[in-house]
Amino acid sequence: MSLEVLAVDDSRTMRDMIRFALEPAGFTVHTADDGVHGTEVLSGIEPDVIITDINMPRMDGFGFIDAVRDCDAYRSTPILVLTTEAAPELKQRARKAGATGWIVKPFDPVKLVKALQMVAG
Amino acid sequence: MSTPDPMEEIRASFFVECEELLEATQDGLQQLEDGCADGETINVVFRAVHSIKGGAGAFGLKTLVRFAHTYETTLESVRNGSLEADPGLINLFFRATDHLSDLVRAARDNDETALPMGDMIILELENRLGGDDAEEEPEEDIDFQPLGLSLDLDLGDDVEAVKSVPGFNVVFSPEADMFESGNDAYPILGALAALGDAQVRCDTSRLPELSDLVPETPYLTWHVDLVADVDEAEILSLFEFVEGLCQLSIARMDTSADESATSMDVDANFPTRDAAEAFDLPIELPPRADAVVPSADRTKDAAKEETKSPGSELKNTPLERGPSGNQPAAKSVVRVDLDRIERLVNLVGELVINQAMLAQSLQSAGLSPHSDAMNGLEEFQRLTRDIQDSVMMIRAQPVKSLFQRMSRIVREASAAIGKDVRLVTEGENTEVDKTVIERLADPLTHMIRNAVDHGLESTEDRVAEGKSPGGTVRLTAAHRSGRVVIDVSDDGGGINRPRVQQIAVEKGLIPKDAVLSDTEIDNLLFLPGFSTASSVSDLSGRGVGMDVVRTSIQSLGGRISITSVPGQGTVFSISLPLTLAVLDGMVVEVAGETRVLPLNMVAETMSLSDDSLKTIQPGVDVVRVRSGFVPLFDLGHLLGYREKKDSYVGSVGLLISHEDGSLGALIVDDIQDQRQVVIKGLDDSFYRAPGIAAATIMGDGQIALILDPSDIISKANEINPPAPQKLEA
Repeated sequence: MSLEVLAVDDSRTMRDMIRFALEPAGFTVHTADDGVHGTEVLSGIEPDVIITDINMPRMDGFGFIDAVRDCDAYRSTPILVLTTEAAPELKQRARKAGATGWIVKPFDPVKLVKALQMVAG
Repeated sequence: MSTPDPMEEIRASFFVECEELLEATQDGLQQLEDGCADGETINVVFRAVHSIKGGAGAFGLKTLVRFAHTYETTLESVRNGSLEADPGLINLFFRATDHLSDLVRAARDNDETALPMGDMIILELENRLGGDDAEEEPEEDIDFQPLGLSLDLDLGDDVEAVKSVPGFNVVFSPEADMFESGNDAYPILGALAALGDAQVRCDTSRLPELSDLVPETPYLTWHVDLVADVDEAEILSLFEFVEGLCQLSIARMDTSADESATSMDVDANFPTRDAAEAFDLPIELPPRADAVVPSADRTKDAAKEETKSPGSELKNTPLERGPSGNQPAAKSVVRVDLDRIERLVNLVGELVINQAMLAQSLQSAGLSPHSDAMNGLEEFQRLTRDIQDSVMMIRAQPVKSLFQRMSRIVREASAAIGKDVRLVTEGENTEVDKTVIERLADPLTHMIRNAVDHGLESTEDRVAEGKSPGGTVRLTAAHRSGRVVIDVSDDGGGINRPRVQQIAVEKGLIPKDAVLSDTEIDNLLFLPGFSTASSVSDLSGRGVGMDVVRTSIQSLGGRISITSVPGQGTVFSISLPLTLAVLDGMVVEVAGETRVLPLNMVAETMSLSDDSLKTIQPGVDVVRVRSGFVPLFDLGHLLGYREKKDSYVGSVGLLISHEDGSLGALIVDDIQDQRQVVIKGLDDSFYRAPGIAAATIMGDGQIALILDPSDIISKANEINPPAPQKLEA
């Protein structure tokens, strides 16, 4: 079972880390540099789960989730938010924006894989 | 992290990324300082620092995370408007960025040396924040215990364990919001079942008739009897994302029955703080908000234009872009190991040589210049040049990063001696070979320090002379006729020439009665051991003089010159070749030897005739060039190949123009060719002969030395009494 993941983060390091954590676990990883790029990449793939950063240029994570949820095909696609803060209000805000769950950076690869499996089956 | 290799790679790329982020930070702060910032600028700075922190956390760089966190927190306050970015704060941000880059470099080099500035800056930042905000420690997020997922369920290691395996009774009923958030019951139940031995029962009693069924309303409740060697926290962690979006109760049903069942609700607090922390669950949650989603306001405010994503399915979604003027168009880049480029550069170098050899052998085979082979060769030559240029472009980088480092030097230097100095940079996007940029850092640093320390007057003196109290140091870069010219100028008092000459006399560098032109006096600054600072200040008194600066510039194939106007300032001008690898050369013959001169040094060539030559005193010959006379230098003699000739009639004169504008004519026997040559450095095993810059391999396989005409002429001037640079006719 190979899950397809779209990871949106403006930090190359973070994208590399996600790829590094997920590819050995059998995921197919697509990446995008920001929200706008994310929506562009999204039009060409059908990911099982989406991971997105919050602070990004052009379109931030909240805007990106909005954009994804506005599209019928992705209304129920699981979206995990990457946050550096464990602050409850940030998580709350992510959920309000329509996120499925969240991962606190720096993430533990094992935990990331587990979280993805949790939401995407 | 089982394989260290990819991690190392990501780590290396993280530090590369850091440099870019630091550059973006510098840019943003500069915009804030110059007052040309827009709403997005502070966001860019914030995100850059934020990304550094994020990456640093991933690699466990705690000092870096701690500092970046405080910095970020302060930036956040500016971003959300609770703190005003006054000049003092921007200055603090500049220093924080400087420190951040120190920390990044220290982390990259695994340098454990403590950087004491950090705590002070953190304190200052926290002071600005004013209190409790700064207390919040990021530490909790840094350490990650890998999840203690003991998945050895089926192994049944020990029989006695079976006795104490606890059981749980989990009741789970999703609410409508849960599905809207993209969560689903199935994977959660699956994960739950994977923890141990699970009996799952689905309660369908609330399920309505099919005709009344609303597809998106959840009607089901699951009862799970789980026997697994886990604690509640672990089970809870599976429900982390759906917390507040479902009814959940977890009750213990211990098989060994020494504990009464405890029931808990996810909305309630967790039993132990430890458990909550280990899984990074919030201790308390604010009341759950409605599922209707307000969009990110900030993005909308900042966006000035709306663009639809081309071909996207998300047609109804306005995609927002930041103000276009603020962000340079994102270029797609490939990162390549420098070694590979070096290899390419070397190969292209060989190609150039090979092409030259081919040309030579075709010529000596007696082929007509209009033959197909010769025409083809010409095309080949053009292509070779194009390839060479393209390869050189790969190595070229804008001088921006270098200039940014210099702005830091100015900040530090001016703070150290209490002068108010502004650095103005121009031509930051001028591209220069990467190696040149790296090797320019030291000399340029020294020149900038000099400009701040010696070039600019003290504030009182400036005011007394009716100048603005703050001094300006300009740093400019530009391409000029195949070279890069970098100027460091100040609007200070100019070189105090009488004082310079006096010092040179005192130090025995020149005779007491020497009569020197202004340019010659200025050039005294480049003599080894010369220092005008009457008191050695903290800043420039580092035992490095301008002579070292000149030597390092020369070793890059560059030249440095001074122009100074009393009361108005001084300009140090560095002229550098675009690349260190190839040179447009003029191939000349002297006393039967083949030599190469850099073509751009040769202003003019002339055939010497009797009536243009003049001997003004024994041993000093000049040649008439239009309205003036230019001193003659016999290259063959200066290189020690032969005695001076009696007459230079019929010889070829090469008019050499110096950086300072003065002229001299070198005499050679013949000009053979004009061509690109590949520079082969003379390594340290060769004696460093004056006037010899490097060597090259000619088309016929012969090695020819590349000369530095400026150096040759200035050496000749040292031997002879200072010759008149230019006489009016």
